[in-house]
Amino acid sequence: MDKTNASKLCPQGEMTIYKAAELKSSLLSALDQCRTVEIDLSQISEMDTAGLQLLILAKREAQAKNIDLNIVGHSPAVIDVMDLCNMTAYFGDQVVISSGTN
Amino acid sequence: MSMDQALQTFIVESRELLQAMEDGLYNIEREADREENVNAIFRAAHTIKGSAGLFGLDDIVAFTHVAESVLDKVRAGKLEIDGSLVTLFLACGDHIATMIDALDAGTGELSAGANEAGNKLVQQLSVYLDGHADTAKSQSAGLPQISEARVETLDSNTVESDNWHISLRFNRDVLRNGMDPLSFLRYMATLGKIVSISTLCDNLPAAAEMDPESCYLGYEINFHSAADKVTIAGIFEFVQDDALIRILPPKSHISEYVRLIHDLPEEDMRIGQILEKCGTLTSCELEQIINMQSSVVEANGNKTPIGEILVSEGIVSPQVVDAALEKQKHVKEIKARESQVVKVDAERLDYLINLVGELVIAGASATLLSRRGGDAELQEATSNVSRLVEEIRDGALQLRMVQIGETFKRFNRVVRDVSRELGKDIELSIGGGETELDKTVVDKIGDPLMHLVRNSMDHGIEPVEKRLASGKPAKGMVKLNAYHESGSIVIEVSDDGAGMNKERILRKAIEKGIVDANQTLSDGEIYKLIFAPGFSTAEQVTNISGRGVGMDVVRRNIEALRGTIELNSKEGKGSITRIRLPLTLAIIDGFLMGVGSASYVVPLDMVVECMELTATEREESHGRNFINLRGAALPFVRLREQFRETGKAGRRENIVVVQYGNQKAGFVVDQLLGEFQTVIKPLGSIFKHLKGVSGSTILGSGEVALILDVPSLIQQAVSNEANEVVR
Repeated sequence: MDKTNASKLCPQGEMTIYKAAELKSSLLSALDQCRTVEIDLSQISEMDTAGLQLLILAKREAQAKNIDLNIVGHSPAVIDVMDLCNMTAYFGDQVVISSGTN
Repeated sequence: MSMDQALQTFIVESRELLQAMEDGLYNIEREADREENVNAIFRAAHTIKGSAGLFGLDDIVAFTHVAESVLDKVRAGKLEIDGSLVTLFLACGDHIATMIDALDAGTGELSAGANEAGNKLVQQLSVYLDGHADTAKSQSAGLPQISEARVETLDSNTVESDNWHISLRFNRDVLRNGMDPLSFLRYMATLGKIVSISTLCDNLPAAAEMDPESCYLGYEINFHSAADKVTIAGIFEFVQDDALIRILPPKSHISEYVRLIHDLPEEDMRIGQILEKCGTLTSCELEQIINMQSSVVEANGNKTPIGEILVSEGIVSPQVVDAALEKQKHVKEIKARESQVVKVDAERLDYLINLVGELVIAGASATLLSRRGGDAELQEATSNVSRLVEEIRDGALQLRMVQIGETFKRFNRVVRDVSRELGKDIELSIGGGETELDKTVVDKIGDPLMHLVRNSMDHGIEPVEKRLASGKPAKGMVKLNAYHESGSIVIEVSDDGAGMNKERILRKAIEKGIVDANQTLSDGEIYKLIFAPGFSTAEQVTNISGRGVGMDVVRRNIEALRGTIELNSKEGKGSITRIRLPLTLAIIDGFLMGVGSASYVVPLDMVVECMELTATEREESHGRNFINLRGAALPFVRLREQFRETGKAGRRENIVVVQYGNQKAGFVVDQLLGEFQTVIKPLGSIFKHLKGVSGSTILGSGEVALILDVPSLIQQAVSNEANEVVR
C-alpha cells in the first residue's frame, strides 16, 4: 500500500466491547500506514463505551502522529453517544444530521 | 454488590476509620507530629461523612459534619487542640460508633439517651465554632437540633451552583462485567437534566498498552434534578463495586469540593483542570489563568504553579488549592498501600482452612497407602504432594494470623479514661505489637486483657502521693507485651505498682475457705489463688474492678483457648501476669506416639527430646515416676497407665520429654511414630471434663488419635511427684 495514500475505514454493525479488539487493530494499522484516515460511521448500529474509547484513542494517536483523522457519516447511534458524553467537540468533525434520524 | 453488602462494608470501614481517629487523638496528646495527626483525624471524619452521605444516613452526616467543622478549624490553625478538645473528640468518635452500631443492629434508631448525648456534643462543639466565628456566622447561638446546626454552619461557604455534582471513575473491568457506563448516563437523564458533562480520558494508556475491553473513562457531571440523594445514589447501585462514585448535593459546602479533589484518582492532572472539572472554577476563569501562566513561562522560563496564581488572583480559596496539592502528593502513596491489602470474608477463610485440614488428612492417607504398596516412584510423588500440602497449610494458616498490635492499641483509650476516673496518672506502654496470632484467638483475648489492665490500674498502681512517698515517679506505668515462645504466644500485662501482698492473699484465701490454714504453699501457688472463683482482695469495691468475679473468669476464658495464665509479683515493685496461648486452633505439627494399639499426638513444638527408657533407669526410679535426666529430676507419666491401655506392650519403652513454660515432664510410650501433620478436631461436649486430652485427630489409616493436653499432664506429673515427696 502506498504510504502517503489515504485510507478509509468503514466499520459495520456494532461498535461495542464485543468487537473492540478487532476494531482496535484495524484502526491502529490504518493510522500506521496512511497520512489521512477517514472513518465512516454510517453503518454503525450500536456503540458503547468501549467503542467511544477506541475513537478517542484513534483521535489521540492521530494528533500525536500528525495524521488527518476524519470521522464522517455519524449514524444516529454514534451521535447519541457523542452527545451524551459531550464529546462531539473533542473530535471536531462535522456532524451532519440527516433528516429522519432520531 | 447489593445495598446491604455495601452497607456492611461501610460499617466495617467506618469502624476502622474511627479507630484511626482515636489513634490520631492519642498521638496528639503525646505531641507526636501534631499536624500529620490532625490531618489523619480530619480525613477519617471526612470519609465517614462522605460515605454516610452515599447511603443517605443523614444523622451521621449531620453529626460528623459539625465535628469535622471544628476539626477543620484546628487544621487551619485557628483553634489550638488541647486535652479537653481531645476528650470531646473522643466522645464524638464514641457517638458516631454508637450510631454505626445502631445501624449494624439493623434499626439505625438511637435510644433517647444516645440522642440527647449527641445533641449535647453538638452543643459543646458549636461553642468552638461560635467562639471563633470570623465570618458572618453570628446566628448560631443555640443549636436545638442537629440538622439545623448543619445548615447554620454551612451557609457562608457554599458554592453558587444549584446543581448536583457527580464524579464517576469506572474501574477497568466494568465493561467486562457487562455494564456500560453510558447506560447509567442515559438513566440519569431520565431523572433530571445533565447540564454539562465532561468525559475524562486522561487515564487512557498508550495505544499499544490499551486493552480495548477495559474501561478507562471517567465523567464529571453537572446534574440538575429534583430527586433526593438516595434516588441519585441508587442510579449507581449496580456499579458501586466497579466505580468510584462521588455525589455532591446542590449548594454543597466548599469543603465538600476539597474532599472531592482528595478522592479523585487522577494523578498527573493539573490542578486547574481538577478545579474546573469540579465546577469550582468556570472554564473562562481557568482560561485566563492558563494564558497568564504561559506568558509567565515565556518571560522567565520557569512556571508559576497554577495554584499560586489562582490564590493570588483571589479566584479560589487557599483551602481548596491546599487540598488539591496535598492530594497530588499523596496519590502515589495511597495507591501503593491499597494494593497491599485485600479484604476477605472470614467465612471464606474458615472454609479454606477446613478444606486444607481435609486435604492434610487425605494426603496422609495417600502417603500411607503408597508406603504400603512399595512403589518407589509413587512414594516420591506422594512425598512431593505432602510437602506442598504442608506449605499450603502454613500459607493458609498464615492468612488467619493478625498482629496483636491492633488489640493492644484499643487499650490506649481504656487507660486514658480509667486513669482520669481514678485520678491517677498512668501511661500505657506497648511492646511486641507485631507479634502475630490466630484471628479467633485475638477476638477472644480482648475481654480477659481488659480485666487485667483494669485490675492493674485499680489495684496495682498506687495513688500519686503514695508513689512519691515510696520514691517512684508520679506517673504509673502499665505495660502490654507479646512475644513468641516455643509454639505459643505469650502476652504479658505488667505494672510498676504496689505488687501483691502474699500474706494478705493467703489470709483472704483461708478466710474464704479456699485453702486450709495449715497448708504450705509455694509463692506460685499463692499467686494462683487469685484466680480461684470468688476471690477478691480489694478492700473497697470500686466500679472499675474488685467485684470478685474478675480473675476466675479471666482464667476460664484463657483456658477455653487452650491457654494458661500465671501471675508473679514483687511487693512494692509491681506485678506481671503472663498469658500463654497456642499459636493456632486449627492445624499443628504434631508428634505421633504409639501406646499399645492406640496413638497419641503432642504438639511438636513442645517436644524437647526423645530417648529410650532403659532397664537401668527403670530400676533406678524405684517404682516412682521420675528419672534422673542429666542430673535433674524429670517427672514422667506412663501413658499406658494414664489411659488404661491394655494392648500388648512393646519390647522397650521410650520417653518423650516435653516442655511447657518452664516445666518439663516425660511421657512414657511404646513407640515413637514421628512427625505428623495434625488437624485438630475438637472433642464433643460430653468429653469436656476429660483431663489430659485436648482434642482428637484422624490418622492416614482412618483411625482416631487423641491429642494430649500437655500443660495439664505436666501439671499432673509434677504435683503427683510433689505429693509423693510430702508423704
